[in-house]
Amino acid sequence: MMNAEEIFNLLTQNFNNAIVGLDKDTPVEPIISVDPLQIHNVSKFLRENENLQFDSLMCLSGVDDANGEKTKLEDGSEIIKGGTLSVYYNLHSVSLKHKITLKVSAPREDPKVESVENVWKCANWHEREAFDLLGIVFLNHPDLRRILMPYDWDDFAEDISKHPLRKDYQNPEFYQGMKVPY
Amino acid sequence: MGLLDKEFSEGNIVIANVEDLLNWARLSSVWQLGFGLACCAIEMMATSMSHYDFDRFGVIPRNTPRQADAIIISGTVTLKMAIRIKRLYEQMSEPKYIISMGSCSNCGGPYWQHGYHVLKGIDRVIPVDVYVPGCPPRPEALLEGLLKLQEKIRNESLRVKST
Repeated sequence: MMNAEEIFNLLTQNFNNAIVGLDKDTPVEPIISVDPLQIHNVSKFLRENENLQFDSLMCLSGVDDANGEKTKLEDGSEIIKGGTLSVYYNLHSVSLKHKITLKVSAPREDPKVESVENVWKCANWHEREAFDLLGIVFLNHPDLRRILMPYDWDDFAEDISKHPLRKDYQNPEFYQGMKVPY
Repeated sequence: MGLLDKEFSEGNIVIANVEDLLNWARLSSVWQLGFGLACCAIEMMATSMSHYDFDRFGVIPRNTPRQADAIIISGTVTLKMAIRIKRLYEQMSEPKYIISMGSCSNCGGPYWQHGYHVLKGIDRVIPVDVYVPGCPPRPEALLEGLLKLQEKIRNESLRVKST
């Protein structure tokens, strides 16, 4: 069993340029920030190292940090430029009984994150969901399709209406001839 | 209006006009499509069970739209599902009736503002005969909705679909 600081130190020894930092000042669990384009190797290490043995990805969530430049439009809606989208990985080791949270942040305009699908299979659908609802692109994902919204959603949506959980999302006026707003 | 109010003559012959006979037959056997969407479907199933006994009004579930007279839209209609519901409706043969059950299918319900995936009322896609309010409606409310539909069918004429 290792605590967050020990895990962080072990990671920095092995990947000094991929580990961005450790945030201990969080309400629930300490968070280790990782480079989005190296998360696959870090994950693989976390799973295979015998002192870590993170065999379970409990959850993978996409988050819109909404930390870019916000412009208010006349109708009260908001457009966000710049800033980041993040992915959080909640890991658990069943055998060693310790937990850790990882975080990667990618630029909002070009959110590319490495897939961890071949490290933990359950990441497959979670990553599809983050792609569907937030537009985060997972590199090397075997089947990156929408999972909840209709496959042809893009045909009816403008850029602002493609990914509904983004903070500046706006409904398209119509989908397949059906009016969407109330 | 009831069929049995009409005159009985010798030899067990009931005299009625064609409209009344047809309407009576239709309203007494409103076969519904076995189809449920969300929590309203649980109430709809409870209505079909022995305690409320939908069957005593002639409502029994059919497994194909081609043999169904009515469809109860029982739950949240997502945009994805709306396309399928429209197809089911088109596959039903005339005369066909629609009961919209619960706030979600009436107007979007709790998803009216932020439900990016929810159709704000099934009447945007197919024509509704009876709206049953509630979230979800109790079985009594659904029965009341059915009685309203029967009333509607009873007053139909051969020339106009419903009054």
